[in-house]
Amino acid sequence: MMLFFVEGLLWVIVAALALAAAVRGRILFREGLREGVMDFLRLLPKVLIGVVGSGYMAAVMPPDIIARWLGPESGFFGVVVAVIGGALSPGGPVVGFSISAAALKSGAGAPQVLAYMTAWALFAVQRFILWELPIMPRGLVWTRVIASLPLPFLLAAAAMLVGKP
Amino acid sequence: MEVEQTPGAPPPLIARRKRKPFDWSTAGILAVMATAATIVYFRDGRVRFFEILSHDLHLFFDVLLKVIAGCLIGAFVARLLPREAVTRWIGAESGFLGLLIAALLGTFLPGGPVTIYPVASAFVVVGADAGATVAFVTAWTMLGYTRALVWEIPFFGLEFVAWRILLSCPLPILAGLLARLIIRRMPHWEPKP
Repeated sequence: MMLFFVEGLLWVIVAALALAAAVRGRILFREGLREGVMDFLRLLPKVLIGVVGSGYMAAVMPPDIIARWLGPESGFFGVVVAVIGGALSPGGPVVGFSISAAALKSGAGAPQVLAYMTAWALFAVQRFILWELPIMPRGLVWTRVIASLPLPFLLAAAAMLVGKP
Repeated sequence: MEVEQTPGAPPPLIARRKRKPFDWSTAGILAVMATAATIVYFRDGRVRFFEILSHDLHLFFDVLLKVIAGCLIGAFVARLLPREAVTRWIGAESGFLGLLIAALLGTFLPGGPVTIYPVASAFVVVGADAGATVAFVTAWTMLGYTRALVWEIPFFGLEFVAWRILLSCPLPILAGLLARLIIRRMPHWEPKP
């Protein structure tokens, strides 16, 4: 029910933006539409691989090892392992999510999974090398990396404190 | 990437790069997933293999509509964003409010690294400071709503994602403040407009 609502909201946003673009001009509207659809087609194979593959990943991941290293009992050590694992996982939109969903299913603790996802989002080495370093000024990149270092640990600590999710 | 600045005309805020439909990282993931599927087939048998396949294909069709909506939002927002206003809000003198606005922009501006890093470097060109730029990139990374809607909710369910985002809310601002502290120690790291 809630999911249905979220998806409805998503399409309301699409409609509002499309309307705003159409008011500004027909070409703007058509270009936006075309680019959105092209992006979608480009993403399609990655989504298929990620979503369909993650079920098999979950089935193959050894639950006892996951539970020992990243389980709810693994505490701060598990968070550290998760952060290092997240930084070393390849970038791309689906990888981190499918791995963490699989880990959660095979017995990892929520704070550890949050730490993994956040570290992956912030530091994935491959995205860092391919996108960030070539585009952004060097000093700024180092500033961002250092300023972000505490974040996965803080998030995991907050999750442990609140006892959620 | 160098963005040229001409007086009076702000640089393009969204510079899009063509993405290849298939790259090496995707190929790597494909190899890992295929290996996992093969192991399941031979270890757990055909029935289990097709059980997982049908469940995941179901999930895939469930996600499709969200992905196309996310792509359309990204394309339209990139064309509708008021550039002059954006650059005024997060300039070097913007203080704490600038961090807040930068974090909000990062949250609501859709797109992947393909769009976000060029936008961030455009911010620098028009005079945003390191704090605002870091808050922007971090908010995009941790709070970006298209990513949460399109990717996370199908994998984790609404409650998990809602808690993650709620607990993450203060973090981009914190990163922005830390970045300003770091720049005070390392002034030569401050990006030059």
